[in-house]
Amino acid sequence: MIVTTHADMSLHSLTIHEARDGIVRGEFTATALLEAVLGRIEALDGKVKAYLSVTADAARAQAARVDEARGRGEPLGPLAGVPIALKDIFCTKGVRTTCGSRILENFVPPYNATVVERLAEAGAVLVGKTNMDEFAMGSSCENSAFGPTRNPWDLERVPGGSSGGSAAAVAAGECLGALGTDTGGSVRQPAANCGVVGMKPTYGRVSRYGVVAFASSLDQVGPLTKDVTDCAILLRAIAGHDPRDSTSIPEAVPDYEASLREGLSDLTIGLPREYFGEGTDPEVLAAVRGAAESLQSMGAKTREVSLATTPYAVAAYYLIAPAEASSNLARYDGVKYGYRTAEAVDLLDMYVRTRSEGFGAEVKRRIMLGTYALSSGYYDAYYRKATSVRSLIRREFEESFRECDVLLTPVAPTAAFRIGEKIDDPLTMYMSDVFTIPVNLAGIPGLSLPCGFTREGLPIGLQILARPLAEGTILRVAHAYEQAHEWHRRRPEPA
Amino acid sequence: MSKITREEVLHVANLARLALSEDEVDRYARQLDDILTYADKLNELDTAGAEPMAHVIPLETAFREDRTTPSLEVDESLSNAPDRSGNFFKVPKII
Repeated sequence: MIVTTHADMSLHSLTIHEARDGIVRGEFTATALLEAVLGRIEALDGKVKAYLSVTADAARAQAARVDEARGRGEPLGPLAGVPIALKDIFCTKGVRTTCGSRILENFVPPYNATVVERLAEAGAVLVGKTNMDEFAMGSSCENSAFGPTRNPWDLERVPGGSSGGSAAAVAAGECLGALGTDTGGSVRQPAANCGVVGMKPTYGRVSRYGVVAFASSLDQVGPLTKDVTDCAILLRAIAGHDPRDSTSIPEAVPDYEASLREGLSDLTIGLPREYFGEGTDPEVLAAVRGAAESLQSMGAKTREVSLATTPYAVAAYYLIAPAEASSNLARYDGVKYGYRTAEAVDLLDMYVRTRSEGFGAEVKRRIMLGTYALSSGYYDAYYRKATSVRSLIRREFEESFRECDVLLTPVAPTAAFRIGEKIDDPLTMYMSDVFTIPVNLAGIPGLSLPCGFTREGLPIGLQILARPLAEGTILRVAHAYEQAHEWHRRRPEPA
Repeated sequence: MSKITREEVLHVANLARLALSEDEVDRYARQLDDILTYADKLNELDTAGAEPMAHVIPLETAFREDRTTPSLEVDESLSNAPDRSGNFFKVPKII
C-alpha cells in the first residue's frame, strides 16, 4: 500500500472556486487535493456508501497531469484539478456504469457521455461513480441494487434520490462537486435532503448523450455543489448544444458566475399558494417563508400567485414517465450488453428471464404501469390525458412568469425521512416529489439550496424556478440569499 | 371496483416481457390499482382546450451532411455482448 504524505486533510472541505483558485496560485497541488478527498472517502464511505466505484488510479493520473501542466506554465481549464463525482448513470469509457441495476452490473461503456468529455476538457479530476436508485427511479436511493446510500447528516435517514450518492458525496466532502440527473426531482430533492445546492437546468440545456435514458422528454443533467458559485461554474462547464443530442438547445451559454452579483432590486418573486398548503411540514414552510422575507429585505418584490394544476402533476408524471421508461427499457433484453440469464430455451424465454432476473421491484412496477398506460384501450384515458394535463401545467407556469421573474417554493414536503419508512408504499414515496415534478413536466429550470434546519438538525431546501433558459436569474437570486446566510457553511460529520 | 385485474396484470407483464411470481402478481395488482385510482384525479381537469404535449420544446428534424464520421470499432461494439460469434451478437435459437 502506498502511504501518501503531505496531504492536507482539510482540503476536502474546499468549494470548487476555492480549490480552483488555490491550485492556480500554487497554494497546493491537484494531487494533494485529490489525496485529501480520497482519504475522506476511505474514512467515511464505509458508513455513507455514496460511491459504487472509486477510480483512484485514473484520478491520480489526471491530477498529476494538471500539476505538470501548471509546472510548465500552461493555461489551466476552469475546473483544473477539481475532484468531481459522477452519478453512475453517465457512460464512462472503460469504467463500469451500472445505473444502480443488476442488469448493467458488468457494463463497461466503450464511449464517454458528452458531459464527461466536457468535464475532462475543463481539467476536472473524476473521482468515481455514485450510487443511485435503479435507473433513476426513486426518491431515496433505497432502490439501488447495490444497497442504500445513507444521509451524512443522520445515517439512519435517506439521502434522497435518485441522485442520492452524488448529493451525499458532496455533503460529506467525498468530492468537491458532482453531477446527477433530474427527471422528477432527482437532483433537487437529494440536494435538499443533504444540505447542498442542486440544479435541474432547462430541458435541453445540457446534452443527454451517453446518459442512460429513463424518461427522455423529462431527463436533464444537473450539478450538485457546496454553494451557488460552484453551481454556476459547473453548469457553465457542462451546458451547451451537442450535435449528438438533437434535443439540446443551440443557444450560447452565458458566464453564470459573472452575473451572480447583479442584485435583486429589479426582480419580482412569486409565491405559488398551492406550494404552501396542508401536508407540508410546518418547519419547512416557516423556513421557505423566511427565505422569501429575507429576499424581500434585499430589495426584491414578492407577490402571491396561483398554479392551480399543481395537485395534478404527480398523477400526470406517473403516467408519462413510466410510459417513456417502458419504451426506453425495452432495450435490456440480454442481446447487446448487460446481464443475460443463464438458462433459456429460446429467444423469447431469454428476453423474459433476463428482464425478470435483472430488474428490481420498482423498475418492474414502472415498466408495468407504463406498458399499461400505453396499451390498447387505455392509451387515451391515461397517456393522452396526462400529456394534455402536461400542456396545462406548462401554460400555467408561462402565465406566472409574465408577472414574476422567479417562483419560490419548498423542494419537498419534509426533510429527509428514515430508511425503510416509505419503501413499501409506492404512492407515498411518489409524493416526496410533489413540488419538483411540475418543473420537469414544464421543462423549466429549478434550483434547490439550503434555507434552514429542522429541530432535529436536518437540512431544509428552498426551490427557485424561472422561465426557460433563465438559469442566470435563478443563480443570481440564490447567490444573494446565500451571501446573507450561513446555512451552506454547515457540514455534517458522519459518525 | 378494481381498476386492474390479475388477468390484466399478467397480460401487461407479457407485453413487457416480464415473468411475475404469484406474489408479484398480487402485489402489482394492488399497487397499480392504487396508482391508477390516484390517476383518476386527472379527470377533474377540463383538457378540451389543451393539446397533448409529448415534448416541451418544438422538435425539428436535425439534418446533417451525409458523410461518414468515426464510430465504434466492431470489437468495441461487441465488447459488452453476453455472447458473440465472429462479428455478430449471438442469441439462442429463434425457431
